[in-house]
Amino acid sequence: MSRLRRNRIIDTGFRYVGIAATFFGLVVLAVFIFNILQQGLGRIDGDFLTSLPSRRASRAGILTAWTGTAWILFLTALIAIPLGVAAGIYLEEYGKKNRLARIIEINIANLAGVPSIIYGLLGLELFVRAMRMGSSLLAGASTLSLLILPIIIVATREAIKAVPNTLREASYGMGATRWQTIWYQVLPAASGGILTGVILALSRAIGETAPLIVIGALAYVPFVASSPMDEFTVLPMQIFNWISRPQQAFLVNGAAAIIILLAITFCMNGIAVYLRNRWQKKINW
Amino acid sequence: MKVIVAEDVNAYYGDNHVLKNIDLSINEHTVTALIGPSGCGKSTFLRTLNRMNDYIDSFRVEGKIRIDGKNIYGNKVRVEDLRQKVGMVFQKPNPFPKSIFENVAYGLKVQGTKDKKFITERVEKSLHQAALWNEVKDILHKSALSLSGGQQQRLCIARTLAVKPSIVLMDEPASALDPISTAKIEELIMELKEKYTIVIVTHNMQQAARVSDRTAFFYLGELVEYSKTADMFTNPKNKRTENYITGRFG
Amino acid sequence: MKKSTERWIERGLALSALITILTTAGIIWVLVSESWKFFKDVSIFEFLTDTEWTPLFANKHYGILPLLSGTVLTTLIAILTALPLGIVIAVYLSEYSGPKFRKTIKPALEILAAVPTVVYGFFALTVVTPFLQSFIPGLGTFNALSAGIVMGIMIIPLISSLSEDALFAVPKSLREASFGMGATRFQTAFRVVVPAASSGILVSVILAISRAIGETMVVAIAAGQQPNLTLDPRQAVETITTYIVQVSLGDVQHDSIEYRTIFAAGITLFLFTFALNHISFRLKRRYQEQYE
Repeated sequence: MSRLRRNRIIDTGFRYVGIAATFFGLVVLAVFIFNILQQGLGRIDGDFLTSLPSRRASRAGILTAWTGTAWILFLTALIAIPLGVAAGIYLEEYGKKNRLARIIEINIANLAGVPSIIYGLLGLELFVRAMRMGSSLLAGASTLSLLILPIIIVATREAIKAVPNTLREASYGMGATRWQTIWYQVLPAASGGILTGVILALSRAIGETAPLIVIGALAYVPFVASSPMDEFTVLPMQIFNWISRPQQAFLVNGAAAIIILLAITFCMNGIAVYLRNRWQKKINW
Repeated sequence: MKVIVAEDVNAYYGDNHVLKNIDLSINEHTVTALIGPSGCGKSTFLRTLNRMNDYIDSFRVEGKIRIDGKNIYGNKVRVEDLRQKVGMVFQKPNPFPKSIFENVAYGLKVQGTKDKKFITERVEKSLHQAALWNEVKDILHKSALSLSGGQQQRLCIARTLAVKPSIVLMDEPASALDPISTAKIEELIMELKEKYTIVIVTHNMQQAARVSDRTAFFYLGELVEYSKTADMFTNPKNKRTENYITGRFG
Repeated sequence: MKKSTERWIERGLALSALITILTTAGIIWVLVSESWKFFKDVSIFEFLTDTEWTPLFANKHYGILPLLSGTVLTTLIAILTALPLGIVIAVYLSEYSGPKFRKTIKPALEILAAVPTVVYGFFALTVVTPFLQSFIPGLGTFNALSAGIVMGIMIIPLISSLSEDALFAVPKSLREASFGMGATRFQTAFRVVVPAASSGILVSVILAISRAIGETMVVAIAAGQQPNLTLDPRQAVETITTYIVQVSLGDVQHDSIEYRTIFAAGITLFLFTFALNHISFRLKRRYQEQYE
């Protein structure tokens, strides 16, 4: 066959290959999710959500796990949001001219590429041992905060960058100081973008397992945490614990817990995407 | 009474010499128009009067600019205080994405004023002065962005007036507006000059002729001619001024 | 507002930004100080060349090669899965599909990256391994292959997204020149555009490798935790990261040599990922300058 025809066939063929490749990952994910629902959906009931873990698979529940996740979410947000947003404001509004800011920027890019388990090692030595927090919720939240700090900082910077300069000019022109301009004009205008980034960062945090294992989050926690200094477990850890066991019944428990975790994750991501779309429309006046 | 005095002002963007030996003084309660072709330095000069150029890293100013006798580029000058005395209206209306009321009240808020009654009264007064009150009095809490372009610009003027400046700078305030809104703004300028001193940059020579008492012609960073508007337009002293006014360039 | 208040606010904000520097300093300090104690007891030579890693057994060996081989094996499989798919997707999105399709698909692919890694581990163990076992003889319940493939699926968006950005940045004029000579889209894409975007694509691959090296849970769940020095993907392996998890789950005394092994492993991991990230950063800067 002529070269021209062969090239055309390859060209059209690739179009199909491309579509197939694009959907491959999503199809595989769909298969996984279908499988998970099959395995675990039936296991979810009120008892499952409100029981403590137990050595008997049929009696085990995720109460301590999801309350632990809720605690971690709350504490991590408390620590990471103010720090991350403040750092983002500094780098974007104040630090444009100085060398220190440049160094911090490069450093943040580096930190974003450090494997999460290394943060666990840092947390172990710094929070658990040196600062004597023990393997507590506070240690876990502090460790995760350091992990997601780069994400929040970058999101804050992007959101602030998107605020038109005419807004700042108008504010300065009226005699407002730099901080007044940031607090009264820039931050409110950037809030949608910042919130989106924060939600995505927190969603990542509650899915993390490795760093929490390293700082000593327990596999078997037969009580609900009631203070930040308590020991704890979280959903991903409970899942890991269950699916590491050979008994089929525990695998089913794991599947059920995964469904809960995925529901929370997708929910948070969905909200973030929705917020981002709304905010992007607003910012394009 | 001379409220603005520029003494041998030179300005640079990095190595670029954008204002050359400017000597200019402006009287109280007058409207002064700054005209000239694009890039001649008129906007730059306007912005030196309220130090808006401070935000550009490479910008440098030599010489003195005295407002009410004090050099605004002196050491102890608080730029925020300066800007409450010297207000600015920008080319493209830039209301804050807040309510009409909050826009006008903003200047008072950053000054630290907390008295609600005082603020409300001042907001109303400023909107009156900007000839906008009747159009917005029932929708003060609607977003400022819902107003038309001309209304937004008058809102920006009201906002500037709310802090009671003595000087109002306007950087081509009507160039982004339609002819009717432009006429309204020009009317406003004529009214405002009773209470304020106005310096306006404009591309539109007819506008300069209509509203201003004196006109300054800038060209390539130099102040070529500065005289009574009527004189400049009927009998320009400098050849370059004449060429510009008659449309030979620019 | 007083000038001094403004200054204090600025200082407070700067302090928050400085915490990131403290984090890096902390990581380096922790890894170096504990590894240093470790290397007092175990020679670097032994660490790098011994072929067994048995710090928790009676007969102790401290050779990191088994962990390295586990890491390399799983990473290799992951990249072999993700790279062809990622590039094909990037080329398709950039050179073939319309903007609307691209706009909807890109966020959809990001979903793959949003799923928690424990979940992927579960899939690898309970879906992929049995599936592969049906036609690969000798595939263990815990094996490197399943873990590697699932890791690959997880990092597809990393390669496809960054590569697509790189392809997008190639000027239209290059494509037009190629089309003008009668080349098909396919030829233009792979002979002109991909080579022109090669630095950007390389950056995405390096970042993907770095990500795969640092991955923990997928491998911990699906590849077992046996430090076999092997390149056979059907066997169980242990990586640097899963070793750290294994020790952390157990009862190891602080300040013992067993405890310090996790930092020795950790610093090895950190050095690798840091080097990779640094290279990709340099590359990215270089190719960005090209198009400015």
